[in-house]
Amino acid sequence: MVDLSGKIAAITGASRGIGWTTAQTFAKAGASLVLNARRGGEVFEARCQELRDKYGVAVVACPGDVGDPMTAQAIAKAAFSEFRALDVMVNNAGVLNDGLIGMISEEQVRSTMATNLEAVIWCTQAAGRLMKRRKQGSIINLTSIIGTNGNVGQVVYGASKAGVIGATLSAAKELADSNIRVNAIAPGYIETDMIRAIPEATHQERLNSIGMGRVGTPQDIANTALFLASDLSTYVTGQVIGIDGGMLI
Amino acid sequence: MKQHILDVFRDVFSAPTGVDTNKLIYNDYPGWDSVGHMTLVAALEEKFDCMLEMDDILDMSSYAKVCEIMSRVIADG
Repeated sequence: MVDLSGKIAAITGASRGIGWTTAQTFAKAGASLVLNARRGGEVFEARCQELRDKYGVAVVACPGDVGDPMTAQAIAKAAFSEFRALDVMVNNAGVLNDGLIGMISEEQVRSTMATNLEAVIWCTQAAGRLMKRRKQGSIINLTSIIGTNGNVGQVVYGASKAGVIGATLSAAKELADSNIRVNAIAPGYIETDMIRAIPEATHQERLNSIGMGRVGTPQDIANTALFLASDLSTYVTGQVIGIDGGMLI
Repeated sequence: MKQHILDVFRDVFSAPTGVDTNKLIYNDYPGWDSVGHMTLVAALEEKFDCMLEMDDILDMSSYAKVCEIMSRVIADG
């Protein structure tokens, strides 16, 4: 059992999918949490309470659009106000809006970049400042196999996720001397709300491209995040870890 | 408070005792570059147990300006 007790972790996009599973996994490992979701409200509050009740950990809800730089500040301030520290930042929030070349709108580019890429930069900056105080920390950025390999209809999404890799590698170099590790996880085809809308034929085609013959689960990703958040990975930085079951694009 | 701030400068930039504080200028004093600035900010935040706004961080261009900003931040609680 990996132990995160005593660690403070913030997770963006934590109300569902990979973010929610990561929140559950970290809470089970004993971490105190600052959880962000685009919208607050009863459902999100109920999830936070569920973690408090089930695992006995402190959970602070910090709703807001991560595309807004003020949300990153709010997350860091919540961690500072409640715990006076931040050890782990999981930049998970993301949006997927496919669009073929010729059909890409200005708004699609703007909103995708704000959520998928700019938010990573804002949260890395805010978290990095807090982590520097204790001379330790782990920043975990969710990119995608589309960011490393590209895909038809995903110019905008792929560009945003490739940008996350560039940000990860640069931040890893800049923050290494403060003992802050920065890594990226590149999921392949994962069972989330994002893929449930994909047509059956496309779904089968993608499934056939996976060496292990199954769709990945949010838990597959959360387990890798757990490793990167823990002291098992204290010498791992500047890496992009593909979690794709041997998927070929 | 100014003495505490000066202590932080001395720790971060190895400024000698009796340093002329008028010479503590961003991008001019040895070590106070963008990387040194973030180390300074982290040290100030730790010393005064606060969290600075990004606008204030970008505004900290001299020792005098740092003193002015920290006075306000501490007064605001």
